[in-house]
Amino acid sequence: MTAPASAHARPARRHPLWWLRPVSLQAIVIVLGAFIVVPLLFALVGGFKDTAQLSTNPFGLPSPWVPENYTDVLFSGGFWRQLLNSTFIAVATTAIVVGLSSMAAFVFARFAFRGRELLFTLFTVGLMFPFAVAILPLFVLLRTLGLLDNPLGVILPQAAFGLPMTIIILRSFFRSIPREVEEAATIDGCTSFGFFWRILLPLARPALGTVSVLAIVTSWNNFFLPLVIFNDPNWWTVPLGVQQFYGQYSSDTARILAYVVLAMVPALAFYAVAERQLVGGLTAGASKG
Amino acid sequence: MTPPALADERRMTRTGPPRGAGPAAAPSARRRRFRLLGTITLFLLPALVLFALLVLAPIAVAVYTSAFKWNGLGGLPRNFVGLDNFTRMFGDEVFVGDLRRGALLIALSLVIQLPLALAIAMLLNQRMRGRAVYRLLFFAPYVLSEVITGVLFTMIFSPDAGLANQILGLAGIDGPQWLADPSLVMMTLFLVMTWKYFGFHMILYLAGRQGIPKELGEAAAIDGAGPWKRFRYVTLPLLGPTIRVSVFLSVIGAIQLFDLVWVLTAGGPIHSSETMAVTMFQFGFKRSQIGYASAVSVVMFVISLVFALGYQRFVLRRDTEGAITTMRAQR
Repeated sequence: MTAPASAHARPARRHPLWWLRPVSLQAIVIVLGAFIVVPLLFALVGGFKDTAQLSTNPFGLPSPWVPENYTDVLFSGGFWRQLLNSTFIAVATTAIVVGLSSMAAFVFARFAFRGRELLFTLFTVGLMFPFAVAILPLFVLLRTLGLLDNPLGVILPQAAFGLPMTIIILRSFFRSIPREVEEAATIDGCTSFGFFWRILLPLARPALGTVSVLAIVTSWNNFFLPLVIFNDPNWWTVPLGVQQFYGQYSSDTARILAYVVLAMVPALAFYAVAERQLVGGLTAGASKG
Repeated sequence: MTPPALADERRMTRTGPPRGAGPAAAPSARRRRFRLLGTITLFLLPALVLFALLVLAPIAVAVYTSAFKWNGLGGLPRNFVGLDNFTRMFGDEVFVGDLRRGALLIALSLVIQLPLALAIAMLLNQRMRGRAVYRLLFFAPYVLSEVITGVLFTMIFSPDAGLANQILGLAGIDGPQWLADPSLVMMTLFLVMTWKYFGFHMILYLAGRQGIPKELGEAAAIDGAGPWKRFRYVTLPLLGPTIRVSVFLSVIGAIQLFDLVWVLTAGGPIHSSETMAVTMFQFGFKRSQIGYASAVSVVMFVISLVFALGYQRFVLRRDTEGAITTMRAQR
């Protein structure tokens, strides 16, 4: 192998079975890759079949191809409406959580005051609360506030539960910006707000991108909260739509597969574009939380 | 908790009165101090209000309503029952089963899913063909919503035309009732969880592995350590912090598991895949027993809290100065 561990000073002659290792390693990842991919491919191809074909011809290509499963979904208003709702809610959640968190993280990172650690600890403790714990009282609370069937009823709690992780990541980034930068700005007559707005935030653009991607993905995939808040189909998000469609057409497997595939597309496309930020955010969150 | 951050000299310079300044400077220093306090409040308050109102308050509300028998209607709950909801809960087979099933999922994750993720991460860390593609691929399920995953696997595990049993049929095996057999459903659930989450843990391990300097492994190799020994005595100990975090996330995830179960089985058949969150949802939103459901929430909360604090205190202490512990050591 190519490992620099040739410090063993082995003769250059290869062991007769040297190929066994790379081949078996490849075999392992290929099997695992198949475990991941086959369900997705099954859904993609299955969406072009009709349900009868699915049981008679499960593995082959569709014959004939039935694009109606896909086109029916694409020409129905509900699917687009759900995409729009999910997008709106994700963007609004992200704007709120990143805005408020960067302000709070700025204070936590660059000011000293009594009780700072206590407050910060309060936020970090929030990191450990499963969303599921608060959902019932949250529902009661939002009902009292009249926020059922109102996008704010989803946006605000999502933002609130996103605060801890976002603050932790941003604070550690803000702290890494040298003090001298701030001193120079202050000498040039910059107020704390001016420093925050004109210097810190532009410098923190990569970190802001990371936490935004995290917030968007979390909001996009949230199911529990929209499930209890939205009764009105006009507000349904993509996960709710998928669940509802599944309930409605439960015997028409092919049609559901088509819907599932179409619902995956935005998330996978976003992943393809923002993979680096997403992975960066998750690993940063994990190592700092 | 810990000595206030004021002890730190460097950070003091912003809010403290200027050192060595004469009394003449005092009024302006005080004004400056007030302005800074104003800034702090202004910047911190919005986040704090949102957090207190929508994260902390609901938990307090749950604790309060858990002491009542309440159907959720008509103003505040009145029918105070003390700890009855809790005694009822621990006498309820379904809830005790929830605890057992949660423990099972945690054990399976720790024994199978995380080691698998670790092994694959080590594999993909080597020079091999297509490793970037594999990394991208293994992580992809993590970005799909639980609902999409759940519906997809309901189709795959459907007893007659589902893909799983079609494949088994090729080998002449009569496939089982993946989701409808009470003795099998937890394994099926765990299989789906592995499909969805092992890539996430793999990514964590890969990131942790990249943080380990190459020289350490090389030095060990020069000393004659083979691949296994290098992994066991160099890589694994240095991956400790990453592993501990991934274990933590895995356990917290299992405690609050809802979406996937709800879509796959709704807790059935006959409660055999029910989790605490599903029980809470059933009672709170389907049967209008808000008091009892709140009590379930409270127990979930206490379990998470005790676990999180204990874990922080005894396991993570060495790694994450600054999360729950004081930050002073970092500076």
